[in-house]
Amino acid sequence: MDILVVHLFNALLYASVLFLIAGGLSLIYGVMRIVNLAHGNLFAVGAFTTASAVGVWFAGSTSALLFLLVPIGAVAAAAIGAVVEPTLLRRFYRRPEEYQLLVTFGLLMILEDVMRFLWGPYPISASVLFEKMGSLHVGDYIYPRYNLLVIATGVLAALFLWAFIYRTKFGVVLRATSQDMRRASALGVNVNLVYVEAFTIGCFMAGLGGAIIAPSQPAVLGMGVDALVLSFIVVVIGGLGSLEGALVGALIVGVIREIGISVFPEIELAVLYLIAAGVLFVRPAGLFGRTA
Amino acid sequence: MTSAPPASEKRSPLRIVPWAAAIAAVLAVLPWVIDPYQSILIAYGLVMAIAVLGFNLLLGYTGLLSFGHSAYFGVGAYAVAFMVKYLHVQSMELFIVGAIAASVLVTTLFGYVCVRYTRIFFSILTLALSQVLWSLAFKFFWVTGGTDGLRVPTPKLIGVATGEGEDKIRFLTHGYYYYVLVVFIVCVVVMWVVVHSPFGKALQAIRDNETRARFVGLRVRAYRFVAFLISGVFTGIAGALWVPLNGLTTPDILYWPFSGEIVFMAVLGGFRNFTGPIVGAVVFNYLKTYAVGYTVYWQALLGIVLVVLVMVLPTGIVGTARLLWAYAGRRFSR
Repeated sequence: MDILVVHLFNALLYASVLFLIAGGLSLIYGVMRIVNLAHGNLFAVGAFTTASAVGVWFAGSTSALLFLLVPIGAVAAAAIGAVVEPTLLRRFYRRPEEYQLLVTFGLLMILEDVMRFLWGPYPISASVLFEKMGSLHVGDYIYPRYNLLVIATGVLAALFLWAFIYRTKFGVVLRATSQDMRRASALGVNVNLVYVEAFTIGCFMAGLGGAIIAPSQPAVLGMGVDALVLSFIVVVIGGLGSLEGALVGALIVGVIREIGISVFPEIELAVLYLIAAGVLFVRPAGLFGRTA
Repeated sequence: MTSAPPASEKRSPLRIVPWAAAIAAVLAVLPWVIDPYQSILIAYGLVMAIAVLGFNLLLGYTGLLSFGHSAYFGVGAYAVAFMVKYLHVQSMELFIVGAIAASVLVTTLFGYVCVRYTRIFFSILTLALSQVLWSLAFKFFWVTGGTDGLRVPTPKLIGVATGEGEDKIRFLTHGYYYYVLVVFIVCVVVMWVVVHSPFGKALQAIRDNETRARFVGLRVRAYRFVAFLISGVFTGIAGALWVPLNGLTTPDILYWPFSGEIVFMAVLGGFRNFTGPIVGAVVFNYLKTYAVGYTVYWQALLGIVLVVLVMVLPTGIVGTARLLWAYAGRRFSR
């Protein structure tokens, strides 16, 4: 019984991080209709920034300060988003999809090497926070408290996002722009501003995903590319452009992955991709997607 | 399809034959003139050109962007590696036959699923399916060698074994180079016939206006499926030719950034031209080799090239050259 609780925590842990990445990806697609292949790299930027802030720049500070430093990764990713959208991506919204995919693919390659340049080829760890929080007992098992903090962050992020999009004026403007950009523009919405804000929020979420896991696993090069394909699975299952879909997709992937790791480790990834392909086959727009 | 073809197509399509023959002659003489390293680079370029030529049947002629062509390249390469490891085959011809059989099998399966969709869903579906193969190659290390990959020794060409003492470099630059060149020429001719056949014209009609193509009576999905099949098999053949050149196959060639490189090559050369993919593949190969040798940050360099390319030269090298050529022609004739 206790082992089930541990597995459940792990699945939720996984789902929380995946929701943060895939939710950002989906939000950006929903508003701007662009699939950002560099999204995984923003997750990695978040992880690297937080890891080096906690583990290198301010190492040895009081733990309260270190905890306050965790979100710095999200801020860094958001800053990149706020710069990249108006300068680079905006030119591509009216161009065919192959160019949009290619320009974000180019961005992926550039960001990957920028990280190599800034942080070097070795993993950076911020495990001090993970260790400071200790662990709790789940029956006969022990479970790290930090992971519960990650789950809580994921839940809070989902709640905030929901409130933001469905309960604020900006959310109304955002949804209107997503549904019909021209009409929103005709009604006086500053569409360019909405775009840069939506992109920045999406990047912030990816960066937060990276920042929050930095203490529990070291930041390594290539983590962005791996994260991107997993968040693709999430958005494909849930439906591109849908935040509810990203949430449900992240939970499905989190649970299957947790089962897969213990029951069928060799084909765990293949099963995930096959499920994604199967969902696309039956419902091309995903479980919650609007039909294309 | 009944509308008048654009001016450039009115002239006989066979007018390119003398040009093609001249280029083939130059390629045939090159290994005797340039140093071996350069010949090997060109061989790599030609192999990738076959793959991108196949890829472009989908992107340039059918209007479907596959982000999973690494799968068919990898299937070709792994088919060869498995034949070496488990069947102890040495003949290059059998390798190619095996790679074709394997890629027909996989593309039939994947194509059946993928051609139901277009646009971004097609791209993501091809990507997801290619990742299935990658994860299998990655995890089943007792079969595939995992990240270590599988070694492929020097094959027999047309039944002739390379002597024990013979230099591998010499084999690659003279024997194998010509083998690649011949397969490349055959592939180019076949693809040229395909895109200029009624079938190829039908694909272009589907690309330009799917609804109208359907009204004319074209079975859109069946055409797309056949295009997918041909495309995958070409890329599979390229994979088979690539392994002996590289000597090793690893899961990297199944991973999705490799698919991105294939797209990159097509766009670099210009995907709206027949010759664009060939030029793009050869140029990309040089670009990547020298960028890797020049700096550890070669990926950023290539990324910048890609971003600049899609911003200022969306028609690629060949498209831009054609524009300049037409412009110069108009200036000159005045």
